[in-house]
Amino acid sequence: MSGLDPLLASREMILVTGSGGVGKTTIAAALGVAAVQRQHRKVLVVTVDPARRLASALGLDGIGNVPTEVVPAAFEAAGLDVRGELHVAMLDTKAGWDELIRRHAPDAETRDAVLANPLYENLTSRFVHSHDYLAMEQLHDLHATGEYDLVIVDTPPSRNALSILDAPSRMADFFGSRLLKWLTVPYRSKLFSAASRPFQQIADRILGSTFLQDIADFFILFQRMERGFVRRAREVEALVADPRTSFIVVTTLEAAPAHETRYLVDELERRRLPLGAVVANRVLPDHLADAAAAEAALVLAEAVDDDSNAAAFEHAAATLDVEAARLRRVVAKAATRFDDVSMVAARESDRRDDLSSIADTVISVPWTSGDIHDLVGLDGIARTLRHG
Amino acid sequence: MTSLLDLDLVFVTGKGGVGKTTVAAAVAEVAAASGRRTLVCEMDAKGALATAFEVGELTFEPDEVAPGLHAMAMSTEESLREYLRLFVKIPLLARIGPLASTFDFVADAAPGVKEILAVGKLAHEVRERRYDLVVVDAEATGHVISQIAAPRVIADLIKVGLVREQTRWMLEILEDPTRTGVVVTTTPEEMPVIETIELLERLRRDTGTAPTAVVANRVLPAVYNRAELTIVERLDEVVDDLVEIGGPGAVGVVDAATIVERRRSAGAVHLDRLRRHLADDGLPMYTVAELFARAHGRRVVSQVAEQLADELGVDRPGATES
Repeated sequence: MSGLDPLLASREMILVTGSGGVGKTTIAAALGVAAVQRQHRKVLVVTVDPARRLASALGLDGIGNVPTEVVPAAFEAAGLDVRGELHVAMLDTKAGWDELIRRHAPDAETRDAVLANPLYENLTSRFVHSHDYLAMEQLHDLHATGEYDLVIVDTPPSRNALSILDAPSRMADFFGSRLLKWLTVPYRSKLFSAASRPFQQIADRILGSTFLQDIADFFILFQRMERGFVRRAREVEALVADPRTSFIVVTTLEAAPAHETRYLVDELERRRLPLGAVVANRVLPDHLADAAAAEAALVLAEAVDDDSNAAAFEHAAATLDVEAARLRRVVAKAATRFDDVSMVAARESDRRDDLSSIADTVISVPWTSGDIHDLVGLDGIARTLRHG
Repeated sequence: MTSLLDLDLVFVTGKGGVGKTTVAAAVAEVAAASGRRTLVCEMDAKGALATAFEVGELTFEPDEVAPGLHAMAMSTEESLREYLRLFVKIPLLARIGPLASTFDFVADAAPGVKEILAVGKLAHEVRERRYDLVVVDAEATGHVISQIAAPRVIADLIKVGLVREQTRWMLEILEDPTRTGVVVTTTPEEMPVIETIELLERLRRDTGTAPTAVVANRVLPAVYNRAELTIVERLDEVVDDLVEIGGPGAVGVVDAATIVERRRSAGAVHLDRLRRHLADDGLPMYTVAELFARAHGRRVVSQVAEQLADELGVDRPGATES
């Protein structure tokens, strides 16, 4: 099976996507580690809320909005040989929005008025999937600076992982929407317009006209930034479809994430967006599903009460320096419990075959003992990602 | 402390992928099996609840999916129609058509409006007392706060109007710990546990709605005692002897035992941390064992319901034995 080394060497942007809880952030970080192991490149991993232990895995106590370099000493201490530079930044929605407003506001007056508007915070955190939009913006920004050879973005968890792709056009649509037009028409003409009068009256009664006016005021300000926002949204859209960009879909081989992944892969194809690979995370080893293992489990479960195996059990017990009877009990439990695990492994193997039929590259990252909390752990995943 | 089933309204939330919908369906099944007329409502319209009950698409109009157990899917547009019909007395649906779509735009942009339409519907069902318990398959941890806190946000932002007046009775229901509660579902993994603890803190800080319990889902049972554990950890050292007894496949048996045990012990560390946190708050944690089940659906819901019934100390629902 081929690994991701060629992809990591040839792309400028990688979007890591997938449903919630599958380990996207860990895979994004491991991709970053993999990229700097192979090449003399300057790589940035942008993540959403990372587990604190992952942050400390990268030797960073608090990852901020500003990119921070993982110091070479941290790699050295973990015994890792790296050639490139790895930087990490965290997506901060609030700060990101403030920055957008500063950039797109035509004048200082508009800027200050928007930032000080009481509805601003509430609205930016809710409308048009603002997290998604910001992630895309940030990607565009970081790419545009030309400071990094490769930017890897760990996309925010969202109900539908692909909503991130629609975010730029939704933003552009929003500025052309009836809602915005309606809201920004002066209040008096709304009352006299035959079309919107019934709505206006009912909305007034339910929500109160002050509230609607507050919203309208905010959007009138916001509309002054339309040109900047729309142009930017189009640029972001173009960037996503660029051949220098690649998508990596992370999944586990459980039913729901695997199902979601099928959908994501189909959808990327429909949109003619480049799928780099599917990464199946936390996968049980194949051989657990083998008939030989099931056979061995049956034999071992019975052998426990069978004296003909006494020599082998005695030998094993002596090696471990434990009582043979206790060892037999442990083996019996392990053998009895095996079926459940084997069934899961068989199911996973089916789902991986299924994913292989829709994606050229499917990489299985084996299930590790627990959470990844150091560079050594990330290195283990990075090796699998690089070599398949 | 009020038992989960004695509440009027319970929001079931959790990080994506932890089995929130299955737990919500199971809570509803336990409630219905104990004789409570129960409504369960899916908030995010993804269809997971219909899958859990193995029924066709759920709608805003509840279906009885089992005796005494009614299921629906939230729709803010339908909720708006109902609201206008009930409170604004607009019977002409024809006029509401275009109105609703315009309103939908406003609701998209205006903070809390969509959320209050959803939460308002649930609170309305509670107020009308058509059900003994309303179980909500709520939004995931990241979004549930804005849903539950919507009436507060609205009351802050809107100073006059019908909606503002109505936030009062909604808040009376939502902020009464004997009537409304939140159940947070988690798995024994790092991020779900962290998000659970953070959510409990945010519930206290940003809403007046009290958490009721945590459900730890998919917990691997401890099958080895302490002495046995030290052997499990070293089984790979004697794999040759075991291959001699059981054949070459014994390697797989050893690997399976090692992997599952490592996973269980890693999970136990996270659960211990959560348990300590909950003890400080006096919140119960109910445990549901990993089922290793092949499929989702009704059988899984029933198996989880049986376990929850045991944990809650109520009579087992008439579920199929596994």
